[in-house]
Amino acid sequence: MRFRAKVVNIDCIHHFTNVVNTISKLLKKCSIRLTKEKMFFILPDQVANGGVSMWCELKQANFFDEYQMDGVNKNELNEIYLEIVAENLCRAIKSANNAKSLKIKLTKKQVPCLTVEIELPSLSSTARIVTHDIPVSVIPSALWGEYQEPEMPDFHVSLCLPPLKTVKHIVERLKNLSSYLTLSGNQEGDFALKVETELVSATTRFSDLEIPPYDPDGDSQAPSKLWPPSEMASARIDVKKLLQFLAGQQINPYKVICNIVDQSAVHFFLVHDDISLQYFIPVVAV
Amino acid sequence: MVLRSQTEDDDFALNACIENARNVTHILKAVHFKDTATVFATENGLKVTVEDSKCIQGNAFIQDQVFQEYSIRDEALTFQINLDILLECLNIFGSSNSTTTMRMMYNGYGTPLVLTLEEDGAVTDCSIRTMEAEETLDFEFTAANVVNKIIMKADCLREAFNEMDASSEVLQITMSPDPPHFRLATFGLLGQSHHDIPKNSDMVEYFECNESLTNRYRLNLLKPSVKAVNLACKVCVRVDHRGFLSLQHMIKNENGQICFVEYYCCPDEEFDEPATT
Repeated sequence: MRFRAKVVNIDCIHHFTNVVNTISKLLKKCSIRLTKEKMFFILPDQVANGGVSMWCELKQANFFDEYQMDGVNKNELNEIYLEIVAENLCRAIKSANNAKSLKIKLTKKQVPCLTVEIELPSLSSTARIVTHDIPVSVIPSALWGEYQEPEMPDFHVSLCLPPLKTVKHIVERLKNLSSYLTLSGNQEGDFALKVETELVSATTRFSDLEIPPYDPDGDSQAPSKLWPPSEMASARIDVKKLLQFLAGQQINPYKVICNIVDQSAVHFFLVHDDISLQYFIPVVAV
Repeated sequence: MVLRSQTEDDDFALNACIENARNVTHILKAVHFKDTATVFATENGLKVTVEDSKCIQGNAFIQDQVFQEYSIRDEALTFQINLDILLECLNIFGSSNSTTTMRMMYNGYGTPLVLTLEEDGAVTDCSIRTMEAEETLDFEFTAANVVNKIIMKADCLREAFNEMDASSEVLQITMSPDPPHFRLATFGLLGQSHHDIPKNSDMVEYFECNESLTNRYRLNLLKPSVKAVNLACKVCVRVDHRGFLSLQHMIKNENGQICFVEYYCCPDEEFDEPATT
């Protein structure tokens, strides 16, 4: 197994930093999957996470100037899966704000590590290099099955969220009123966030939101095709999990698509040129 | 939550609308030191009262002219409400760039306070439970009993409060026709310190002290009034013969209208000895 990658362009470094920052705000432990073409950050669906799961993939060619990956073997197992504490990666990359280059490689110190080497600008002729060794654990190929790309859920409603900043501010206020929030929407572009407790009931409504085009392979039995367009699909979720997703966003996505599976789950899909990120929040049992 | 139609609006006991919710939120924040507030609504506007330990009371006055629409069916309405929740709802959009319009409706005893807030096409409806209003304290502070009165620019009081020694349990206020005309003194772990404002300072706009009076107040009770001083442009300090303190803060809102926030505080009873200045 070998992995070495290098970024030299400062914009790409910032871009990569933003992705890592967003990921580290969403989860503690993260799995990284490396293939020839892509880099993935994954949190599989586990009871320990409260059912929340995340899948983020980026095309390595859009970020790295040099990229070499040799997986477990050259055939079907030409990939590497690692487990890392996201915050450690985030902290390591913080030094790269003004870097001349950023290198990441898989090394073996006393334990397997992801070594981050950052070359900083220096007034003298010798380069200034900051090195971080982040311990990782290698995930054996027998367990790779747990890290498959989630299927697009059978949602009832799909719409584009209003500006994230606005939604985040509202959810921050609603979090102080209740631990649970009901998120709902319909196929006509209406979207609502609601909390209800003994002391207060508050609902924020948006309308005329964009509906992303999605044709589930011409499947006329898809739940979204059978759902009445003006009917609101809703899901009652933990407000903290929603806020974690909203507060962490540094990627500045082109669009954020929200898919609602009535009474079951909410699925967010961030669309951006180089990255796609999916975040899945299940409903809370009443 | 049903959005009320225009005709149904007219039936509410209290119905007020404001184009910029910050003109209300701003003033309420100046009395937000406990989670419960009593709201009094009359044809002249709203008074929101917050109390603590039966020793301190903050009153925020939002007169009817601050609202773009204000109608009240009965002579007076009063209810108690959770101020934390009210402020969270009023702040739901909280943008500093655009303004949030707010409509407030209340239909009398036992009904919730209904708020509708709108900004940039997004609408929030809130229904907040109201409670039976408990009697608020009457400090029996009248203009006739005022012994000493000083009106000063809020800046100098702000400075004094912000520099105050927080380890002191009491704040001692001296107001006197003789120097030092106005003195704030603290007795903390680091020692005694005082902040004087002479009557001829250009921060002082009005000075009328008939007797030399020194009183002590619990500093942690008076602390919430700093919220009001921080927003105010002018403060009027008055003390009566019982040593009761009245602080009236003149606050300008974003439309340039003036609103008042008044704090009353009773003196610390444990203080018996004469003051050492």
